[in-house]
Amino acid sequence: MANTNFEKYKSDGSLPGNLLEWVDARFPATAMWKGHLSEYYAPKNFNFWYFFGSLALLVLVIQIVTGIFLVMHYKPDASLNAAGIPVAFASVEYIMRDVPWGWLVRYMHSTGASAFFIVVYLHMFRGLLYGSYRQPRELIWVFGVLIFLCLMAEAFFGYLLPWGQMSFWGAQVIVNLFGAIPLIGEPLSIWVRGDFVIGDATLNRFFSFHVIAIPLVLIGLIAAHILALHEVGSNNPDGVEIKKKKDENGIPLDGIPFHPYYTVKDIVGVVVFLMVFSLVVFFAPEGGGYFLEYNNFFPADPLKTPPHIAPVWYFTPYYSVLRAMVWNFFGLDAKFWGVVGMGASVVVFAFLPWLDRSPVKSIRYRGPIFKSFLTAFVICFFILGYLGTQAPSYWGEKVSQVCTVIYFAFFLLMPWYSKIDKYKPEPERVTWN
Amino acid sequence: MRSLKTLFAALLLAPTLAFAAGAALHLDKAPDVSGDKAALQNGAKLFVNYCLNCHGASALRYNKLLDLGLTEQQIKDNLMFTTDKIGEQMKVAIRPEDAKKWFGAAPPDLSLIARARASADGSGADWLYTYLRSFYRDDKRPTGWNNVVFANVGMPHILYELQGEQVLGPDHKLTLAVPGQLSPAEYDTQIRDLVGFLVWMGEPTSGLRKQLGVAVLLFLGVLFVLAYLLKKEYWKDIH
Repeated sequence: MANTNFEKYKSDGSLPGNLLEWVDARFPATAMWKGHLSEYYAPKNFNFWYFFGSLALLVLVIQIVTGIFLVMHYKPDASLNAAGIPVAFASVEYIMRDVPWGWLVRYMHSTGASAFFIVVYLHMFRGLLYGSYRQPRELIWVFGVLIFLCLMAEAFFGYLLPWGQMSFWGAQVIVNLFGAIPLIGEPLSIWVRGDFVIGDATLNRFFSFHVIAIPLVLIGLIAAHILALHEVGSNNPDGVEIKKKKDENGIPLDGIPFHPYYTVKDIVGVVVFLMVFSLVVFFAPEGGGYFLEYNNFFPADPLKTPPHIAPVWYFTPYYSVLRAMVWNFFGLDAKFWGVVGMGASVVVFAFLPWLDRSPVKSIRYRGPIFKSFLTAFVICFFILGYLGTQAPSYWGEKVSQVCTVIYFAFFLLMPWYSKIDKYKPEPERVTWN
Repeated sequence: MRSLKTLFAALLLAPTLAFAAGAALHLDKAPDVSGDKAALQNGAKLFVNYCLNCHGASALRYNKLLDLGLTEQQIKDNLMFTTDKIGEQMKVAIRPEDAKKWFGAAPPDLSLIARARASADGSGADWLYTYLRSFYRDDKRPTGWNNVVFANVGMPHILYELQGEQVLGPDHKLTLAVPGQLSPAEYDTQIRDLVGFLVWMGEPTSGLRKQLGVAVLLFLGVLFVLAYLLKKEYWKDIH
């Protein structure tokens, strides 16, 4: 719908009117406003699951704005201060105690990191439910997977910055994974760290990646994600194309202008989200040890390895996949296959548009086989996530192996089961009561 | 000299090993004194007199104690021994390298200890409350003290004058062998206050945080009603 052939604004002679006409002659202001908001037609039957795209954008803004203020006071410095505390760690506490409202800004940022993943996971699940990745929206989905990868990198780099025990040892474990790659592994992990262990060099480069490199890429990808969406138009809970039925003006019969209808609707979603967000920020900023890990209130100590190193909750499903791989194949270490498995468990999402062979998009018209596979996938995702927070155990390993198989079966068997499944006929137009 | 080095190395590693063995720990529930200024002031007094000799609280400034209802003069007269600047952080007099030599590991800074010690076993307050009441006599340890919660801990029982001496029975229960200056109930109250202070110190703004949270949620509640009505008003056109 990103039509740039909108008419330019003609002034009514007023000062604001003249100004807009002047701008429009030089910049597509009116065209962009209309193409992306007031004359971008979205299906009218969006439900609960369609709040999370705009909420993801909101969390991005929260992270950027709070991040700007945090950078003003945070110091990426691993050396010890006079009291024997690492400067980076002490600067976070300085923000928490001595910077006016610093505690609020920091808690918003730390809660925002977890909120980002919750919102994005729900946003992705929406895509699975309603087949939003299907033709013609493959590129929207691929951009989305790239955004998710960037988000993971952003979170990983950011987690080192408080320079607590979990920051340090979590980064140590993950960077050591590169060492599992044959031949180049060891030099590669040294190159990434800039040192033989996680140190000041690592902290400074992670800071640079966290505040400049990754956010730049992230914003570019988000722009591409939204442009691609507005080019083909949004999917909807029925998975039918609203552009197939248009009125005499070429406007989809089941479409409504994004602005004002979805702007006012999304404001309701934003307020509800902010209520939940505030409950965490003001009453449980540690999130039960999941949003801020307790062990991370100890400053990083390279001489003291914690007995149990758990990544933050949003990485734990993939961490479980990593730990589930315990066999040496083709003369390569199990650790290497763990890394491959972990990478594959994220990247495999990108191939969904070409794995799904069903004639319908939405879960509403799909058959029992797909529904069973999707349910099993979600359950396994949660179990893997839980196991990733736990210390390794015999049964934990066995269960995570079963769940890993089901996780990948959901994707890799899809070309087969999505074809043989039974389907209900799709309606001509979206359901609306 | 060599045996001494081994000893220090063992001391340094001891906490790691103790945690590695980490069976589920039973922790007593610490009473909540977060609203009790007198208790927190008493905790501050205990902290400054007993803990601050070895442990710093480098994230806490003396003038933050004004929030506990103390006056600047009270803080200067009763709680400040190492500095005369009220805006100064609570630093220790001993040098980290000396402390490391004496105790095997430098005593940790306690600014955030109540937050760091939280785990699946209980809150940080529960851990501290149980730990500070679980020292017992152990002649095998260089300090003569051991602890049920933190096995082979480097710290001796600093408060033994108050509590007396406990011994660990074969049934793994602690009994008071030599009474101290305080009765067990009085000692528990002192520890309650000290732990309350350590919790407060971990996040002195937590009171303000919760108050502000209520105001923010009330505001959002009103905003929700307005936003919902606005949405309904617009959407009544959609058929």
